[in-house]
Amino acid sequence: MTEQGNGNARAARGVPIESVRPHQFVGQRLRRKEDARLVSGKGRYLADLVVPGMRHAAVLRSPVPHGRIAEFDASEALALPGVDAVFTGRDLIGKVGPFVEGGRLEISPMLMEKVHPEVKPHAMPVLAADDVHFVGQPVAVVVAASRYLAEDALDLVRVDYEELPVVTDPEAALAPGAPVLHGHLGDNVAAHFVIASGDVDAELGSAPHVYRGRFEVGRQASNAMEPRGVLATSDRGTGDLTVWCTNARPHLVRTFLSEMLRMPLDRIRVISPDMGGSFGTGVFSEDFLIPFVARQLGRPVRWVEDRSENLLVTRHGRDQVHLVEVGYDDDGRILALKDRFLVDAGAYNQYAITVSYNAAAHARNQFDIPAVRLEGLNVLTNKAPVAPVRGAGRPEVTFMMDRIVDIVAHETGIDPVDCRRRNLVRPEQMPYHADIPYRDGVDIVYDRADFPAQLAQLCDLVDYGAFRKEQAEARRRGRRLGIGFSSYMEGSGFGPHEGAVVRVDTNGHVTVYTGANAHGQGLATTLAQVCADQLGVTPEDVTVRMGDTSYIPYGVGTFASRSAVTAGTATGVAAGLVREKALAIAAEVLEVSSSDLELEEGTVKVRGTPSRQISLGEVARAAAPGPRSRLPAGMDPVLEAEHYYVPPTVTWSSGTHAAVVEVDEETGFVRVLRYLTVDDCGQMLNPTIVEGQVHGGVALGLGEALTEEVIYDAAGQPLTGTYMDYLLPTTTETPPITVAHQVFPSEVNPFGIKGCGEGGAVGPPAAVANAIVDALRPLDVRISRVPIHPERLLELIEEAKAEAAQDGRPSARS
Amino acid sequence: MKPAPFDYVAARSLDEALAALADAGEGGKVLAGGQSLVPLLALRLARPDVLVDVNQIAGLDRLVVDDHRLVIGALVRHRAVELDERVRRAFPLVSAAAAQIGHVAIRNRGTVGGSVAHADPAAEWPTLLLALDGEVEVASPRGRRVIGAGDLYAGYLTTTLEADEVVCEVRGTLPEGRIGTSFLELARREGDFAIVGVAAVLAREGDVVRHCRLALSGVGSTPVRARGAEELLAGGPADDAAIAAAARTVADEMDPPGDIHGSADYRRKVAEVLVRRALCAARDEIGTVVAQ
Repeated sequence: MTEQGNGNARAARGVPIESVRPHQFVGQRLRRKEDARLVSGKGRYLADLVVPGMRHAAVLRSPVPHGRIAEFDASEALALPGVDAVFTGRDLIGKVGPFVEGGRLEISPMLMEKVHPEVKPHAMPVLAADDVHFVGQPVAVVVAASRYLAEDALDLVRVDYEELPVVTDPEAALAPGAPVLHGHLGDNVAAHFVIASGDVDAELGSAPHVYRGRFEVGRQASNAMEPRGVLATSDRGTGDLTVWCTNARPHLVRTFLSEMLRMPLDRIRVISPDMGGSFGTGVFSEDFLIPFVARQLGRPVRWVEDRSENLLVTRHGRDQVHLVEVGYDDDGRILALKDRFLVDAGAYNQYAITVSYNAAAHARNQFDIPAVRLEGLNVLTNKAPVAPVRGAGRPEVTFMMDRIVDIVAHETGIDPVDCRRRNLVRPEQMPYHADIPYRDGVDIVYDRADFPAQLAQLCDLVDYGAFRKEQAEARRRGRRLGIGFSSYMEGSGFGPHEGAVVRVDTNGHVTVYTGANAHGQGLATTLAQVCADQLGVTPEDVTVRMGDTSYIPYGVGTFASRSAVTAGTATGVAAGLVREKALAIAAEVLEVSSSDLELEEGTVKVRGTPSRQISLGEVARAAAPGPRSRLPAGMDPVLEAEHYYVPPTVTWSSGTHAAVVEVDEETGFVRVLRYLTVDDCGQMLNPTIVEGQVHGGVALGLGEALTEEVIYDAAGQPLTGTYMDYLLPTTTETPPITVAHQVFPSEVNPFGIKGCGEGGAVGPPAAVANAIVDALRPLDVRISRVPIHPERLLELIEEAKAEAAQDGRPSARS
Repeated sequence: MKPAPFDYVAARSLDEALAALADAGEGGKVLAGGQSLVPLLALRLARPDVLVDVNQIAGLDRLVVDDHRLVIGALVRHRAVELDERVRRAFPLVSAAAAQIGHVAIRNRGTVGGSVAHADPAAEWPTLLLALDGEVEVASPRGRRVIGAGDLYAGYLTTTLEADEVVCEVRGTLPEGRIGTSFLELARREGDFAIVGVAAVLAREGDVVRHCRLALSGVGSTPVRARGAEELLAGGPADDAAIAAAARTVADEMDPPGDIHGSADYRRKVAEVLVRRALCAARDEIGTVVAQ
């Protein structure tokens, strides 16, 4: 681990506190506060929640990928004893509106102004009333006395569909005459943009070599360990609505509910209980459907998604095709990248250009490429909607770019590590201006980093020289070992804001309330560490509460590697404000100047006179309203502070990964033997938690590389409906992972934090693909798609062998 | 994922189970470990009227291991077979196969009888049964009968068992003399159903193969014996060339299914590879140096 300075001495830039206190608990490997509860089975997940009188819902989903609902008959279902109600899309018309999820929220005005993306909004109905556009689209909901009965009733609901022509391939969806999903859009292009830096055509025209290729990344399901669920109850007297849902964005759910049910925000409370993962997937029909139904029936209603539903509809990710032209010279220097890519958005493009623009903004990776032109299209097909799943565009472009670097290395005869090094942005070029705007509209400037040092550290970690010897030795014994590299950038800590309220009770205990929420990230621990340092208490003194709209007026939520950065900064600043307030009150009580006071371990002391001190609890009592208040004139009561952190732009984390694989040449099977990472996520709040993020991300990325894919047949029917066919990697497929760090604290926020939630998932597709290609040298196996199916790899091996035999030399290329 | 309604009978004796099944007619289903049946119920792909639970029936869980004969009660769990030292010594291919069934939690629950009767052509036990020249003893209200492995499997997830019959015991043998065995599977994740699986048994006298059994999973609607390859090897040497030649014939003997995990063509290709490897492993287990 390299220590490249830290944020301790840095002035509190851009935040309303006088100074940033040095890190004491931040950076420590504290055990997670939440684990004793969660691992001993004492968590409270949605399916654990029971409300008296609660009924159970089951959702009827379209079995056809494209069709018109002709007939609907629920009479038999309604006649089943124990069934309360059946609602269809037509029952919802005029009562609960359709939703356009991300369209208006995710594009910043600055980006609109700079890039002028074309985005065609189209709403998704909560329940389909007329047309269905993908298998799994909700068409009706049954409410009954038990989930068993509700599912029995689903069997009895009759829906006749007039089937319509289907398109499942984004390239076919763009062809003239393709079935158009949403007629009013004119065609299947839901969004389109172009960004460029430098003159790509001129560079391509003058480049000594041009590579043209195609890269594809298959569709991956998000697969949170806990499927989704919603429980809603409407107060019989007041009509106030309480909704528990497994959603990482409770405030956003509340905003939507307020609009769709036409209720004041403050009469809706949305609570995210303990959650077993989320991976960024957003809001869903059921988040609105179940509250609506509960209000209609006047009884609590709970719906718990099952794994079949989860695999079918709970936001898939990836599914991109990139068509590239790359100019490079004899020294392996990449001069230009032109990429036209399609995001198969599925049947509703609910996130505008979030995924596609994120892909474009990360395409240049760690490489200093003089000219780039990136054209992104979100294309509609009769498949489940795609969302920004962990990585959100980054794994796709990183796979493309890192394969390109390896291909250029091969073509020029340069060692792949050397070729990579030659293209990296050099330390003296930092801060590196990428000359394209990020998703927030602010021009991309890479935060402090040293990419060549990162690569060198990884090469030492993997012992690159020793591996090449091991590889040669193994080859003599008929074993095919290979090594592959990948590097990535991770724009993290996306806005628009996150807030924290820090309050000290009259016993001196501290509570942090924030609008971010946790579903595995350990925020209850890391935010306590930040708060403890800035306030002057210990993490044991701090409780973090989140996932409840009643805690704090505004909240954004946890996704996009944002909460450590945004909620972390908000917490630190609010804690600093509390500290300043505590010192001012203590000065009043002790009748000294606040500049003579220090606050440590929950006690305010007069410097040099340790006998003169008061506890934080006593300060809090002096801050209470009433006759015993000792507040300085004009100061509001209560020892608390609230701060909303509005990041000026994102922080830039980075990482480099290496995979060591063994390939079975006769079967196309690949085993990952070792996986190593070096990342830079700035000042780590808790290295153990960072490493947990890397481990989980790498496992997800290895699934993306080798086994996980949501597959539809040409008729639009999903073929991967269970875990027998959707191959999520388990511990037995996950190799030992070695994690090391660089530390370049961010200059964007006062605590030096950068995000680390997604990087682990970004590198594996490229690293594994490059390792397979390396293992099979001197054959020139051209992997251009992940996941790498053994059958496809065997075909590629056979093709490469045939080509080599034909050319009479082992490595050949036209 | 909740099952459709069904009646449930927890049989306390074999007679009670048989009576309940006879009453249920075609609508009855035997519940042992539930390894395959419970997921099918949850997905509503199976909708029996009556589940007859045989777990409490005494006497269906014996595990007898002689040098060449293996007797496994229908209720013996995969994990018990996997961990049995006697099995490991005398029937190493059975230990190896048992260890590749699902994961430990599944193996603790799933039964040998259930797996044999479920007749999944990609599963381990039906393939082993062929390789062990095995048989099953079944009971019905009409009494007991024995069905040879070759007569048990009628098609995909289909046996020649009658609706009122219950598997009581599974038996298999290995040839006497100098033998070697192996069990290999190709699956995309540990514990998955095999794309192709091979159980191989080789018996030799001197350098000559006296007897060979080769059974494959994943290559048809039932597990299959590769008779052509067996015959090609019998009476000849077990050198690499002979094994490779025998392996090349297996693709012609099968009509594999294709799915997202592997096309029919791919299964043929890897079946050849796996048969070759399995035969080599079985040969090497005998411990004789073979001239190239």
